[in-house]
Amino acid sequence: MLRNIEHKKSEYTATRNACKLCSPLGASLAYKGIKACVPIIHGSQGCATYIRRYLISHYREPFDIASSSFSEEAAVFGGQKNLNIAISNIIEQYKPEIIGICTTCLSETIGEDLNMIISDYKAKHASEDLPEIVHSSTPSYQGTHADGFHETVKSLVAGLAKKTEPVDRINLFSGFVSPADLRHLKEIMADFSLNFSMIPDYSESVDNPNWSEYKRIPDGGTPVSEVIESANAYASVELGYVFNKGYKAGRIKNKSQEVQTAGEYLESKFNVINHQTGLPIGIKETDKFFDILEKLSGNPMPGKYEKERGRLIDAYVDGHKIMFGKKAIIYGEEDLVIGLSKFLAETGIDVVLAVTGGNSGKIKPILANSNQNGQEPMTIGDDMDFEDLADIAKDLGANIMIGNSKGYYIARELKIPLVRVGFPVHDRFGAQRIHHLSYRGTQELFDRIANALMEYKQENSAVGYKYL
Amino acid sequence: MGSILTDRKNQVLTKKLGASTDIDCAKESLAGSVSQRACVFCGSRVVLYPVTDALHLIHGPVGCAAYTWDIRGSLSSDRELHRNSFTTDLREKHIVFGGEQQLYQSMVELIDKLKPEAAFVYSTCIVGLIGDDVEAICKKVEKEKGIPVLPVQSEGFQGSKKDGYKIACDALAKLVGTRNNKEVSKKSINILGDFNLAGELWMLKEYYEKIGVEINATITGDGRVNDICNAHKASLNVVQCSGSMMHLAKTMKEKYDIPFMKVSYFGIEDMSDALYEVANFFKDEEMLRKSTELVKDEISLLLPALEEYRKGLEGKKAAIYVGGAFKAISLVKALRLLGIETVIVGSQTGNKEDYKLLADLCNEGTIILDDSNPNELSDFVNQTGADLFIGGVKERPIAFKIGIGFCDHNHERKEALAGYEGMINFAKEVYASVNSPVWEFTSRKKQK
Repeated sequence: MLRNIEHKKSEYTATRNACKLCSPLGASLAYKGIKACVPIIHGSQGCATYIRRYLISHYREPFDIASSSFSEEAAVFGGQKNLNIAISNIIEQYKPEIIGICTTCLSETIGEDLNMIISDYKAKHASEDLPEIVHSSTPSYQGTHADGFHETVKSLVAGLAKKTEPVDRINLFSGFVSPADLRHLKEIMADFSLNFSMIPDYSESVDNPNWSEYKRIPDGGTPVSEVIESANAYASVELGYVFNKGYKAGRIKNKSQEVQTAGEYLESKFNVINHQTGLPIGIKETDKFFDILEKLSGNPMPGKYEKERGRLIDAYVDGHKIMFGKKAIIYGEEDLVIGLSKFLAETGIDVVLAVTGGNSGKIKPILANSNQNGQEPMTIGDDMDFEDLADIAKDLGANIMIGNSKGYYIARELKIPLVRVGFPVHDRFGAQRIHHLSYRGTQELFDRIANALMEYKQENSAVGYKYL
Repeated sequence: MGSILTDRKNQVLTKKLGASTDIDCAKESLAGSVSQRACVFCGSRVVLYPVTDALHLIHGPVGCAAYTWDIRGSLSSDRELHRNSFTTDLREKHIVFGGEQQLYQSMVELIDKLKPEAAFVYSTCIVGLIGDDVEAICKKVEKEKGIPVLPVQSEGFQGSKKDGYKIACDALAKLVGTRNNKEVSKKSINILGDFNLAGELWMLKEYYEKIGVEINATITGDGRVNDICNAHKASLNVVQCSGSMMHLAKTMKEKYDIPFMKVSYFGIEDMSDALYEVANFFKDEEMLRKSTELVKDEISLLLPALEEYRKGLEGKKAAIYVGGAFKAISLVKALRLLGIETVIVGSQTGNKEDYKLLADLCNEGTIILDDSNPNELSDFVNQTGADLFIGGVKERPIAFKIGIGFCDHNHERKEALAGYEGMINFAKEVYASVNSPVWEFTSRKKQK
């Protein structure tokens, strides 16, 4: 049973402890997944610095993001001069292969024409060997960090992809997941003997080994050539249901303009067949993903994954009594919430509250059918914040919260465990290495959730049981 | 020094005997330099953040509020309103049609629900552009709700972080002197520029109370609106983190003739001076005697403990890059006490006077930096062979990635580093950072 709640704006106008971040953050991460790319945020100095700080606290890695450092003059007369200086200084300092520019509320509102600015810059520096320069439109008043991420992936492809000779390769658009997830996806592709290009690939660039000397640009990332060749692939696989569709919500300008994902763009423009499936979390969603890979590769699921799947089912069985009937609150980006919800439904856990700061309007219809064996009604709230979550959670008697670290204060108040997943995790170690995807990631999540519930039982028991 | 962008050359200096110590500073960050600085809004937000019983409402799209949610480790002895992140979360429709209604509604609802003692309303980049009359709305709400509602016009592009400090001080100055509902003794001070990170302010309060000084308002660490409104009743403003709070001290001097002094609470020397100077100000023999006693007691406990750490640190080299230059000065001295020489020192917001002091204090060859970036910092660490980096979250990965120790001396830390107790914590942390066995495995050390 699904219990919808009305849009929160009826009660509160302000957002109180947002359950989302702004789109330039997602854009910056996407750009970091392209090899030798330096992002520039076209706006005030603070945007870049805040976003760097936020990302560094999660990934614990250098995260250089430049700014065009708007001054008052730029805000009034336009930021072209500042952006030109920024591009030149980035080229001088970093010698990047590509510069990824994303806009902000400030530069969008004053109507900066980035196509014009970039082609002007290229014309003025025609004699130099310039890096690629791409841009994405990511005003922070539109969508969330997840939208900014996917919009930037789309912009990268739209800005670079060129149809030439077909290549024996698929494009994999993995979504806003952890570096460990990306590494695992690459392993899966290799095990299927699939030639692939993962766009973006920040599995290394935000999780580098220790260095002997400082690297201005960390290793790793999708080569620019592969983004260009994405038009020549025979198929794309895109993980998610929502992507950047939140950009549609609340639109006034460009209302009629359709929001496309990277995969949709390549399909409509270059006939690259697009396979969309949700984040592979849980058995059924992962099966769907593997089905696509079997079809594309012509190979059956490698034995290794048959075994991982089998062990996961074994764990579901071993742990079913720990899980059944427990009430969970989940929150985060829309696609993550959908994935978690589908997975938890397989374990017997009832998701009593699913919250996201996203506003695509897609999450409710998708989740409407997902809590099949639920004993409890499920409340779904989109465009909500943490205080909305806390207000509703008070009366739910939930046993566990699953989401990023920002919900900790509510879990603390409710005296229930929080299993940290997704982004950001600012109060625990190893966020880069959390697996969420595929049978392996699901196994990790399952173990962590089961252990959190067992630990809670043990800690709150009058008897210090040695077996549980 | 190949890594320095041409337009930044004069913001970097190597100390040489007899050479000029003039450095270019207090200017806007160079586009594309990857400055470690934030913006005007950030400056205002961090200064006002610790006022615990005020509503802090950020008028703008979601990011500015989200990235500053619970950003400082500032503790409160009472309410914790400041630890929330409230924003008008502007959407496209507000950009097109204006955000005034959204702001008014948000404020009224939050004030009704949370009953704050005052409200600070921060304008972000976009607010000036869409033409919202924030001041008028603040006035209206102030009248309706009967609490001070202060606009903080901190559009990010209107200068640098330092300009944000000034805007925050102006907002505070509007509160000062508006109430007379508190008994304040003649021997009382306001503490300006301590933000009660990890409860540091409470330690300082204890020291001051021990020598017979009463604390009137603490601005802004563990700050209360009512105390700030009564701040004009203190006899002296004691200002730490002078970059952020000097403007308020000067305003209060002009308006209420309250003298001020600059102090620092980091390191034994500076901490002790902070007590002596206050005692001297009051020209109180008893106070001075108590200060001497306190310092003697603390140091007799501290020095032997520090000596142990010093043995393991002697001869090491440090790089310092922090927000304010005044803190950097204290850090150079505190590190010296531990036998560590500073080879790089810089700040985001220092002024000429600060940098001159630093240059005078540091050894020959020390590199002094204004508004630096990761490339310069990593190059200089490499060049000088520093063993330890002291900075904030954004500098941490620079140090760790190349395999040297790091200590967080920024506003996010959860360890007290001020006062005598703080000095021991600092020594412990520096010792642990430099002497951890993990450096055996990092390639930089392996090559040696």
